[in-house]
Amino acid sequence: MAKVGSKLRLDGNGAPIWLLLELTYKCPLKCAFCSNPTDLDDLDNELSTDEWKQVIRDAKNMGSMQIGFSGGEPTLRKDLEELVEEANNLGYYTNLITSGIGLTIKRLERLKKAGLRHIQLGMQSSEPMTTHWLSGVDCFDKKIKIAKEIKRLGFPMVLNVPISKINIHLVPQIIELAAEIGVEYLELANVQYYNWALINREQLMPTQEELLKAEAQVIAARQRLGDKMTLFFVIPDYFEGRPKACMNGWGSIHLTVAPDGTVLPCSQARSMQHLNFPNVRNQDLSWIWHKSNEFHLYRGDSWMKEPCRSCSEKTTDFGGCRCQAFLLTGDASNTDPACSKSPHHSLITDAVKQANNSSKTPLIAREAGWVDLSAQS
Amino acid sequence: MFRWEPSQDAYVIMYPEGIVKLNQTAGEILNYCDGQHYIGDIVAGLTEKFDASESFIFEQVNDFLEVSYGKGWIKITS
Repeated sequence: MAKVGSKLRLDGNGAPIWLLLELTYKCPLKCAFCSNPTDLDDLDNELSTDEWKQVIRDAKNMGSMQIGFSGGEPTLRKDLEELVEEANNLGYYTNLITSGIGLTIKRLERLKKAGLRHIQLGMQSSEPMTTHWLSGVDCFDKKIKIAKEIKRLGFPMVLNVPISKINIHLVPQIIELAAEIGVEYLELANVQYYNWALINREQLMPTQEELLKAEAQVIAARQRLGDKMTLFFVIPDYFEGRPKACMNGWGSIHLTVAPDGTVLPCSQARSMQHLNFPNVRNQDLSWIWHKSNEFHLYRGDSWMKEPCRSCSEKTTDFGGCRCQAFLLTGDASNTDPACSKSPHHSLITDAVKQANNSSKTPLIAREAGWVDLSAQS
Repeated sequence: MFRWEPSQDAYVIMYPEGIVKLNQTAGEILNYCDGQHYIGDIVAGLTEKFDASESFIFEQVNDFLEVSYGKGWIKITS
């Protein structure tokens, strides 16, 4: 088996190697775990085609290599093909992150021709009822159909199924379905608790027992399937005792551009409403990355307080996630409470304990921003 | 996708959600993997360029091609 190169290291030499464009916040689905902002559904001052192209060119000059077209639902933008073509011509590896709703065979063919390299399709479950329950829309059959078309056209495909209490019992069936479709990668990422998912946390968080059972099922499937499919199973940081090395550190390798041109160190950072993130309509992208106050705030480790400051693991996890620290403790420069060394760790352990009690609160669907599917041709 | 990336001064491989930055020799070896060259061509090319014995280079090239095959970066065409 391959041994060389197994020591993974993430380092972009200071360049934003991974660029994520959130083309729109609009989406035909109403997923209860959606990571989009909860108050910006009606945002209508989206960047124009030319403005997006400028972002794509500027980021390329700054060393971006991987580009993700995301949303909302990026296929709602009619200029998606044009933007993919621009990125591909510049030498980016182009990724589309989609719910599949809004994709047609014709559009898939056009995207292929435009130079799209990879599609990440989001699914909710292995069957129609939980799919409907989680996404708020009856869309299972349509997703399966489009998944098969994606494979027929020869795209490499990642099937992404966010895992929560509502679908965790279906993990074996989800793996079977992915194998049947013929996807190369299946990502069973446990829902992370931001925005809509944070609102619905009590309903969505699985118990430790459910997680351990699902993990064992994944390990068994890996042995059975061998090289045919790569299976990722990401345990939520609430259960790990250590925070995730979020974005490989603030302003380290990643930048997100939101639909209105706001530039963020990650797509969740907008939840830090005390920060005034710069916008490509007012400032040069390179200046934003290299010079702006917002991108410098938590870059490196000089901002760290205890227990991070003196911690030997600070170069591994960078103190965890700034957004999570802010959302749960009210101060983004605190240690991520997912860390057991954090003085606020009880916020996490209490939420986990709560997951063991059956919840009586209803699941709240992402509501505004809903796009009438029947109105689209 | 395999290509030269000027901003990193290196060859890179890009795939869904991942980038591998290759060191100089790895990049040089994969640059030969275009369906037109044989292992002998790679060894000959690198022997000319680097100060090492042909047998050492042959061994290193073979090892790296095995790794690349294991990772799905290259396919065997003949």
